[in-house]
Amino acid sequence: MTIRYRKERLDRGIKVRTEDIFALSSYKEILYLVLPRALPVLFLLIFPLLKGLVGLYWEKVLIITCITALLALSWDLLASVGLISLGQALFFGAGAYLTGYLNHSFGWPPLVTIPLGTLGGALFCTLFLLPVLRIRGVYFAIVTLTLPLLLVRVIEATKILGGTEGLSGLSRLSENIWVELYIPVLALFLCLFGFRRLINMDYGLVLQGIRDNDLAVMSGAINIHKFKAQAVFIAALAGAFPGAFMTHYYQFVGMPAFALDFSILPLTCAVLGGVGNFAGPLLGAFILVPLSEILRAFGTLRVVFYSAILIVCVVGLPEGIFHYLERKYHQFERLVKVA
Amino acid sequence: MGNRAVLEVDKVSRSFGGVVAVWEVSFHLQEGELLGIIGPNGSGKTTLVNLLTGFVKPDSGKVIYLGKNITGKMPYKIAELGIARTFQMAKPFYKLPAFKNLIIPLYSPRVKKLRGGRYGKRDDVAIDLLEEVGFERDSFVPYKMASNLPHGYVKRLELARCLSLRPDLIILDELFSGMSMSEVASTLPIIERLNGEGLSIIMIEHRLRELFRLATRVMVLNFGRKIADGPPDEVMESDAVKAAYLGTEHDE
Repeated sequence: MTIRYRKERLDRGIKVRTEDIFALSSYKEILYLVLPRALPVLFLLIFPLLKGLVGLYWEKVLIITCITALLALSWDLLASVGLISLGQALFFGAGAYLTGYLNHSFGWPPLVTIPLGTLGGALFCTLFLLPVLRIRGVYFAIVTLTLPLLLVRVIEATKILGGTEGLSGLSRLSENIWVELYIPVLALFLCLFGFRRLINMDYGLVLQGIRDNDLAVMSGAINIHKFKAQAVFIAALAGAFPGAFMTHYYQFVGMPAFALDFSILPLTCAVLGGVGNFAGPLLGAFILVPLSEILRAFGTLRVVFYSAILIVCVVGLPEGIFHYLERKYHQFERLVKVA
Repeated sequence: MGNRAVLEVDKVSRSFGGVVAVWEVSFHLQEGELLGIIGPNGSGKTTLVNLLTGFVKPDSGKVIYLGKNITGKMPYKIAELGIARTFQMAKPFYKLPAFKNLIIPLYSPRVKKLRGGRYGKRDDVAIDLLEEVGFERDSFVPYKMASNLPHGYVKRLELARCLSLRPDLIILDELFSGMSMSEVASTLPIIERLNGEGLSIIMIEHRLRELFRLATRVMVLNFGRKIADGPPDEVMESDAVKAAYLGTEHDE
């Protein structure tokens, strides 16, 4: 007779007691709760200070990573209202071009153009998406995928906003490298914690309700289109800010601002990291962007390795890396004999 | 009980492609009345509810609610005016705890207006509402994930979702379907009480014995047409209704 084993999962520590109410009774428990939240925050705050140690190159990678993470958060917010978007580039490009235009035409400093570009870009995107908010699922995705491509061709054909040349010679964000390093990091914190708070408020419950069952929300006397539009505006803020920032960071804005990369990469980050709680997409961005830099050593084969790793991760951990780690953190696993 | 008409439905029709789902159905509902709507499967009962609540637009006809024409209005506008409904296929917000399901309608402008902006936390209001439909307040049931609730509780959660709007009219689409005898027995008094407090109710139901205990009037639909309307025992005696339910005798 063969002895068979079965995997048993047991909740660990304070997770056992209840789903959301618990009393902390020791240092160990406080650390158990706080460390996984505090460590990434501390890492992000300290990493720029290590400029001498890791070199300016990796500091710049940090900036790009934060930018991508912001776009991924923006994607995840839309997803939590049930809007699957393939067009984060629309937000990015709108923010970037508006900021560039304000600086180029009126000579306003970055301190003015970035907030205005973010707000104005988000408002523009929301108005632009308003007619398509009624459609759902794949149809919404297709429309958002096409919009940035459409705008690029409009700019190319009408030669507005610098046409194919783009707008160059814009003001530099700041002569101070610390400002350039810390703004994306702080924006990321603001977005991450802001979004996590928002989605758990009563307002956020309505948004989640629209994702789960929009008919039931409607029969609850709630205008779902209004809420969807507000969510798009908030997500567009998070997507337009990176664009506005990058315009002054590169002192240039051009057609690449609407590139497909800005649409696909945030989605990939979110899927890899795990959809639904904002920490997942963030983790995804912090894996994918540095990974793509490390793989530069492989030259032409870079994309091959990159794609291979991506496929392995998505197939192996379909729930997302974050959710996998979270589960492992909260649970023991042991083998139990089956009679 | 007032004599004011809550709902006046005038010859509403709706067809899907070539199929006539509802054909020139007219009826009215007085304030505080409990009207039952019955009929064989596919007779257009749910479509009629969808027509009244705006989820489906009628091809023709009028729906007057408290003197106001609400024909073809958006569902959230109709709910805002005070018509709340349950869904036949109850789909709660599965990823939320039961009581958090009620936060969503409690967030609506209608509730804000009725409560005059001064109310306690929505969570407390939600727990009160759940108690009203028979969730044990001090148990863990109101805090359970909606996906883990037994079917009877899911149905009553639907009812609570309706009541959270403080409606003037509720439309219950097969509330009792799938409930066990004991669940029905505990839900019946709740509906009786709500009706006693003056709430107008339309109930679509297949469980006739329970319905007839509650309803003062019953309307029968068959193939989208209204074939009878009146007190329960009178309606069940009518030949048209017998024919619809049991079929006609085959002449040799």
